[in-house]
Amino acid sequence: MQKMLSHGAVAEDNWTVLQQPVETIPTGDILVPMTYWLEHRAELSAQAGQVGVWLDSDEEVEALVNDLGELRLIALNFPKFVDGRSFSSARLLRDRYDFQGDIRAIGNVIQDQLYMLQRCGFTQFSLAPEVDLQEAAKSLSDFSDGYQTAADQAQPLFKRLR
Amino acid sequence: MYIYDQYDQKLVDERVEQYRDQTQRYLDGKISEEEFLPLRLQNGLYVQRLAPMLRVAVPYGLMSSTQVRKMAEISRKFDKGYVHFTTRQNIQLNWPLLAEVPDILAELASVQMHAIQTSGNCIRNTTTDQFAGVAADEIEDPRPWCEIIRQWSTIHPEFAFLPRKFKIAVCGSEEDRAAFLLHDIGLQLVKNEQGGTGFHVYVGGGLGRTPVIASSIKPFLPKQHLLSYLDAVLRVYNRYGNRNNKYKARIKILVKAWTPEVFAERVETEWAQILARDVDGVTQLTENEIERVKTFFPLPDYQSVDEAAINGVLQAQAGDSLAFSRWLERNVRDQKQPGYSAVTLSLKPAGVAPGDVTDRQLESIANLADQFSNGELRTTHNQNIVIADVIKSQLFEFWQLAKADGLATPTIGTINDMICCPGGDYCSLANAKSIPVAEAIQRKFEDLDYVSDLGDLELNISGCMNACGHHHIGHIGILGVDKKGAEWYQIQLGGSANKNAALAKVLGPSLSRDDVVDGIEKLLDVYVENRLEGEAFLATYQRIGADKFKERVYAKDA
Repeated sequence: MQKMLSHGAVAEDNWTVLQQPVETIPTGDILVPMTYWLEHRAELSAQAGQVGVWLDSDEEVEALVNDLGELRLIALNFPKFVDGRSFSSARLLRDRYDFQGDIRAIGNVIQDQLYMLQRCGFTQFSLAPEVDLQEAAKSLSDFSDGYQTAADQAQPLFKRLR
Repeated sequence: MYIYDQYDQKLVDERVEQYRDQTQRYLDGKISEEEFLPLRLQNGLYVQRLAPMLRVAVPYGLMSSTQVRKMAEISRKFDKGYVHFTTRQNIQLNWPLLAEVPDILAELASVQMHAIQTSGNCIRNTTTDQFAGVAADEIEDPRPWCEIIRQWSTIHPEFAFLPRKFKIAVCGSEEDRAAFLLHDIGLQLVKNEQGGTGFHVYVGGGLGRTPVIASSIKPFLPKQHLLSYLDAVLRVYNRYGNRNNKYKARIKILVKAWTPEVFAERVETEWAQILARDVDGVTQLTENEIERVKTFFPLPDYQSVDEAAINGVLQAQAGDSLAFSRWLERNVRDQKQPGYSAVTLSLKPAGVAPGDVTDRQLESIANLADQFSNGELRTTHNQNIVIADVIKSQLFEFWQLAKADGLATPTIGTINDMICCPGGDYCSLANAKSIPVAEAIQRKFEDLDYVSDLGDLELNISGCMNACGHHHIGHIGILGVDKKGAEWYQIQLGGSANKNAALAKVLGPSLSRDDVVDGIEKLLDVYVENRLEGEAFLATYQRIGADKFKERVYAKDA
């Protein structure tokens, strides 16, 4: 079974990520592309397993705003780790649309991004299979505090501590 | 200047340890070259043609003498005993070893310095006017605002992987000395009718391959909303900037593609949504915080002086020494505080790459700042150094000391005060060398009477179209180009970085290395023959146009 980081700890990852185009739906927990979810919402909701949705970096979270209540997991893809659009997507899901479920970083995500991803609202991270997750998890606490407001901190540092 | 508290210091210390770990993992083969690239860039480390290059941040150009002495020490211990001052008010070390960079960063942190976000596709050092606090035409001191922006932008969790680099400049005065209209965001401090402070926001300026002057998107942003509005601009750019082609990835391309009006609307919509969620005003700057930061930029206790008497003494000294008189004219500037001057130390003596300074000179600069000012100095985007608040009666002594250290070349604002990129001697992007061209021009125009007679003249040299030497905004711009493996130089005229910013226009076919200096001399001849009394080069060019210059430079019998 593949592993991931979830809420700071190494965890089993039981989810299957379905790529475009979706042809057959496997059993178990599935992450489906957003466009597929928007077209097949009713039948997917009737699935036995859990259903989550994943967005590519060029897809807008605004398309999902009516569905956030029924989703427990949204994954945001990084086609390349230097493509920073999903950082903004996560912040919008948390700060603007109050999404309460897990936000997972998938694709080409690297250890050295974990601290910032977490600040933007990500709770789960699928890193490359060869990565030592215990070691990588240390990067979640690279910094003890930050100046800015973010998904993990409602007040800027100057209002809290100065 | 701003002094770190425990939170600022801890963050910088933690950054050093983060990068030490990253470097170790890279050296152990646990991080690939591709993955390490943005990590080292965001800590200032480039790999150049000959060696790595480390760019150290000088936030808005302000340094203490302690920091300058530390740079001298670092340059001796880790480099070849000299440093380079850049056009973005930063400092570069040209020969550090990759494995030693974490130690250099730790040394920097010990004097409240860092190299965070000095490169890479992130928010870079915020720049401003080197005469902040002392300029007669100042509306408000821009430095507290630059510091507030520095903190907001440092390790901003959402904007570390932007489509491309992102530069912000703040202008606090009538005249622009920060080239703020040539930045991704240009902020001009303004007052509204009620006397409240705000910002006129411009976006999408920049040099590089596609030079663009920034467009106004918000004439008055109330000061307390600065950070939420910056968040909105950056978020729109982060989401919609081009990520497929690095040459089309700067915000200026997005602003152009959408039009400034549409871009402004998109930002306004994003900002309105941020504010709508912020019922408690959490995103707003408080008066407390603004005042807290402002207290770090106090003006010294100016003595009241008999200015007429001092001016009399200065005149007498200038009468005795032509060299001092030239220096007073070009390198010394009145402040808004009577009896005090802001002195520009020239880093452009002939024979030295513009902006290069030795470790000994750094120590001399630190001593001058301690002896004649409050121990602070400012780096300029013209690659010089300013020491402000020098009492006029001490200028002669100041000059003698500065001259002894090779820092008093009396050519500020003249043709010999050129901006020049490292060029083909150092940079792997360059098409042509630039430093030898700068030196050839300085050697050609050694006659200080002639240089002084030519007056204000900005000459900028870039070794390639990435325009690090700002050739687009020189009154005379020189651009190195590659023609079938040979180095050629394109001449551009009429650029300007002031409030009426203009981009220079290409004069004609490029010149060979041998012909560049002669070409420049011909341009100057045309100027001298055609100028009206007191008219500077740029004004003459604007009045008479390019034709006469072009005819002379490209004359067949020449």
